[in-house]
Amino acid sequence: MPLPDPTVSPGGSAPSSGVTRRSFLRGTVALSGVAALAAALAPLRKLDDFTTVERFMQKYYKELTPEEMAAVLRRIANDVEHEYGIRPHVRDLKPMDGVEFVYALNLTRCIGCRKCVHACVNENNQSRNPEIQYIRVLRLPHGSLDIEKAEHNYAPESVPEKGYFYMPVQCQQCKNPPCVKVCPVHATWQETDGITVVDYDWCIGCRYCEAACPYWARRFNFAKPSLPKDRLNPDMAYLGNRPRRQGVMEKCHFCIQRTRAGRYPACLEVCPAGARKFGNILDPESEVAYILRTKRVFIQLKEEMGTSPRFFYYFDI
Amino acid sequence: MHAARNYLVFLQRCGRIAFVGDWRYYAWMGVLTVVSLLGLNAYARQLADGLISTGMSDQVSWGVYIANFTFLVGVAAAAVMLVIPVYIYNNAELHDLVIFGELLAVAAILMCLAFVTVDLGRPDRFWHLIPGIGQFNFPASMLSWDVLVLNGYLLLNIHICGYLLYCRYQGRKPAKWFYIPFVFVAIGWAVSIHTVTAFLYVGLGGRPFWNSSIVGPRFLASAFTAGPALIILALQIIRNVTQYRITDRALLTLRGIVQVSMLINVFLLLNEVFKEFYSGNLHVVSSKYLFVGLHGHHALVPWIWTAIGFNLIAMVLLVLPLSRSLKWLNLTCVLSIAGIWIEKGMGLVIPGFIPTPLGQIVEYSPSLNETLVCLGIWAAGLLAYTIFLRMAVPILQGRLSRANEGQVPDPALGGAPAPDAAAGH
Repeated sequence: MPLPDPTVSPGGSAPSSGVTRRSFLRGTVALSGVAALAAALAPLRKLDDFTTVERFMQKYYKELTPEEMAAVLRRIANDVEHEYGIRPHVRDLKPMDGVEFVYALNLTRCIGCRKCVHACVNENNQSRNPEIQYIRVLRLPHGSLDIEKAEHNYAPESVPEKGYFYMPVQCQQCKNPPCVKVCPVHATWQETDGITVVDYDWCIGCRYCEAACPYWARRFNFAKPSLPKDRLNPDMAYLGNRPRRQGVMEKCHFCIQRTRAGRYPACLEVCPAGARKFGNILDPESEVAYILRTKRVFIQLKEEMGTSPRFFYYFDI
Repeated sequence: MHAARNYLVFLQRCGRIAFVGDWRYYAWMGVLTVVSLLGLNAYARQLADGLISTGMSDQVSWGVYIANFTFLVGVAAAAVMLVIPVYIYNNAELHDLVIFGELLAVAAILMCLAFVTVDLGRPDRFWHLIPGIGQFNFPASMLSWDVLVLNGYLLLNIHICGYLLYCRYQGRKPAKWFYIPFVFVAIGWAVSIHTVTAFLYVGLGGRPFWNSSIVGPRFLASAFTAGPALIILALQIIRNVTQYRITDRALLTLRGIVQVSMLINVFLLLNEVFKEFYSGNLHVVSSKYLFVGLHGHHALVPWIWTAIGFNLIAMVLLVLPLSRSLKWLNLTCVLSIAGIWIEKGMGLVIPGFIPTPLGQIVEYSPSLNETLVCLGIWAAGLLAYTIFLRMAVPILQGRLSRANEGQVPDPALGGAPAPDAAAGH
């Protein structure tokens, strides 16, 4: 509503006292405006859990002091306990010195059973509705690596099928990751052990990394993640499988909560065909070092992109 | 002190006049307000439910929000097409119209910022983007460049328009050193906002449809077509509603710009279509999806051929002397704007995601809620532009000036000052 002009010149109309028709009309318009605004914003009442002052103010992962990190981990544990009724074990696991993780996957052996897909979901506390999966298994016709020919939704009676081979794709943990380059707020970065991680509390949800990834490896929480209480995995890492919130990015992190504690990733452990190998490439005695040294052919997916994946596909030849 | 007080009085009077007008003004503003509120309501719902309320998915992770953003960056950049003739070629016809173009740029940038904001999953964390306080990934991320150039362009245009209008209000000549350098910086800057926005896409090696050096030049050509076309229509509305003096010759000068830009735009499109389809390599799939459909999926095919049809008809009309008549020129402008909006919005953003880098085809169409948010932002942008014009036109006409301070704003939208304006009601 316009304020009365304090500089009314002689001859101008002085503000009249009492309710005139015009000021009544103005008041009505202003009031209904405020009411309309309140009505428009009404859906925000559902937002109670969207953020809190503490979460809003939380600093960037790399700027947290050890004390602040301890406090954040406590808060996360409290939040999880409050929501799921289980006290989780949340740690901030750091990369180990002299370790660079590499994954090798034997395309001759993979039978396309998708057990890795579901083991991953169980391990990493992904939302079940809408369901988020980090691993996508492609079915390709015999003889071709042309991804345009890939079938994503194959559903036969049993696998493997004649005339096809299967290629599971997940985050390739690139040495030259396009997702890290494009993130406007450094919310995703590469750690010294080669794992590209996401600070779920720093991501602004612009999805530029998702557009940049040549492997379609990143996933966005389009809705508030929903995870049944009895499916929660309470063994958690800050940069790993702690529950995420609506509106942020996530992806495969080589099961940081396991691998930085000396265990294998969940997808490897579950594989019935022994197609998955994982280890420290800097250790010449490791299985992955042996594979890359001795196999005649191994490929990096979309090598021509220059992303230099730490994920290798090889064949039994 | 005195200067600050004067400036506050100026701002207050500008604010007041935004609420004063005839019945047409109230009706127009009322409609825009209602649509803006509907959009705000849809956005509130999106905030509560998440981006699942849109048609976007992990497969097509950007949609009409980013499409509109891209189109409007072009509209904002096109303001220079009024500025260049005036300040470089000393075109007198367009001189007083520059401000209308720059105000359009301001409104367009505000809409751009709104479209980017509604696309964010966590708008509450916007402060992570603020250099110094957050973690600004500059210069590596093209998005951080975009944040800088868009906000810089907004400030430049606010400064230039604001300063020139305030001088006119005070009845004094603007000091050249205080705005001319900014005008020239803004010309280069306008090109940069659209180039950087193109680079946002071009820089993604994993998306062959965007990873093409022609995207930048096409962006500029289409912007310099659609932007001036929009200005031609806006100027005629201003002329009809406010009796502000705008000559037909000024409109025809702009027609010349639209004409050349459209020819270049169509030429560049031809280049792209040839390169994509003739060589026949595997990267043509997205273009195939866009132009002819892929494996039975062809949601965008009718759209892109409509756009190409509009552009070609507009091009022919622009080349013919027929479009010297305003009736035909207006039709041409509408066709150009619609054609380029489709081509650059849906036609550029969506096919980049189809098929996905893993060869999956998932189609996209905006949800109702998403569409309402878009309409709301467009309405709010038009509301802002109308308010800017409501302030600027009386100032340029000399009806709102230092000399008549203390008078009640005149509800008339234009024309000579009413003799009884001071008498009030």
